[in-house]
Amino acid sequence: MRKPQGLGFIYLSLLVALLLTVMPMPQAVKLARPDWALLVLMYWTMALPQRVGVITAFFTGVIVDVLVGTVLGVNALAFSVVMFVLAQHHLKMRNFGVLQQSLVLGILLAFYQLQLFWLSHFLTGVNFRPQYLWPALTGMLVWPWLFWLLRRYRRQLKIQ
Amino acid sequence: MNQIYSRRSSLPLRLFLAVVCSAGLMFLDRYTDSSTQLRSYLSTAATPFFYVASLPQTLFSGASEQFMSQQEMLEQNARLKETLLKQNGQLQLLRFLQQENEKLRALLSSTAVVEDKLLVADVLAVYSHPFSHQVMLNKGSNDGVTEFQPIIDEQGVVGQIVSVGPTSSRALLISDNTHALSVRTERTGVRAVVEGLGQWDVLRVMYLPHSTDIREGDRLLTSGLDGRFPEGYPVARVTMISQDANQPFMVVYAEPFARLDRIRHVLLLSGRTVAPLAPMIPEAQEQP
Repeated sequence: MRKPQGLGFIYLSLLVALLLTVMPMPQAVKLARPDWALLVLMYWTMALPQRVGVITAFFTGVIVDVLVGTVLGVNALAFSVVMFVLAQHHLKMRNFGVLQQSLVLGILLAFYQLQLFWLSHFLTGVNFRPQYLWPALTGMLVWPWLFWLLRRYRRQLKIQ
Repeated sequence: MNQIYSRRSSLPLRLFLAVVCSAGLMFLDRYTDSSTQLRSYLSTAATPFFYVASLPQTLFSGASEQFMSQQEMLEQNARLKETLLKQNGQLQLLRFLQQENEKLRALLSSTAVVEDKLLVADVLAVYSHPFSHQVMLNKGSNDGVTEFQPIIDEQGVVGQIVSVGPTSSRALLISDNTHALSVRTERTGVRAVVEGLGQWDVLRVMYLPHSTDIREGDRLLTSGLDGRFPEGYPVARVTMISQDANQPFMVVYAEPFARLDRIRHVLLLSGRTVAPLAPMIPEAQEQP
């Protein structure tokens, strides 16, 4: 068994993603903020499925719940389900081009938003508005750049 | 390769574990009381994180103040002095009215209310999620903040504190859709409940029968009946009324006075306790 290396970088990237999740922003931009933590998790589970998977997603989700102030466990559940789907298909996803990937991930991100909405609707009774799906779109747009950035560092630091 | 296959077979198990744990957390958080304590620990632990996350904004606004020209500073100073003068002028009258009010209350032998104490707090972080409208404030139990303390800004009611840590606290805004408060219309005194919808600029006024006298532009003030918010603070202005005979109540929407989407500084109200009547009278006489 290879000694795990580069765990530090994985956690650092997750930490930066969480900071971006709560960073204060103008109201107009805020509704369209991409789900940074989920995007970074998605990258790592596609690249290193044996390292980052459902359990990491669960704990990151709990932290997001604490930071964002949703009912505890809502983001944790949505993260875990999305990451489960992605982890099952990571070999297929790796063969896609970056644009194809971002299309598929867009569907997954929309699915994540819908899960959040369903759970919140059940727990606190919110009403659906189409604006809630903006983050899925911005997430799709951000993906190619994020993919490129993280892959560069992963190769430079030889994280496997 | 082997590793991947063994891993994939255990994936459903991991998902199952995660789902069970999240369901447990949700139940704990929503339907039991023990979560308030847990939440306050967790948000205390997360406080440094918020300081770091708001660092760029703090630096940016600090830098823009640093490089403000002297001319602008002088103008701003003059403007602030002018508003201070105006408001002090109004305050003189207020002091007089307050005394008169206290005397009248004493004559009517009704309970007197003590002046509110104010505590200024800065907003550390605004939660961006549409399903939770909360803000993090930079004052905590060390500064005397307590749970359920009402919060206002210079325009109107903002929300209330829901959890307190030693150096920070978390406030629920009136626009959150788990928040509701009791109000009264200024013009007619009709009581209603104002509920958040998860939108920054719209609140819903609930439980108004079709015959109620309410118009667009009516100001809604806190009624004090909910036991959380003291009476008389402005909450919202009625913006839209639609009457549908099929609905049991009128559908009324209102716009909050407080600019919830851009709050930076807020005031925490405290110390509004119903004081015994006896010491009020000498106190009122003492003041010239």
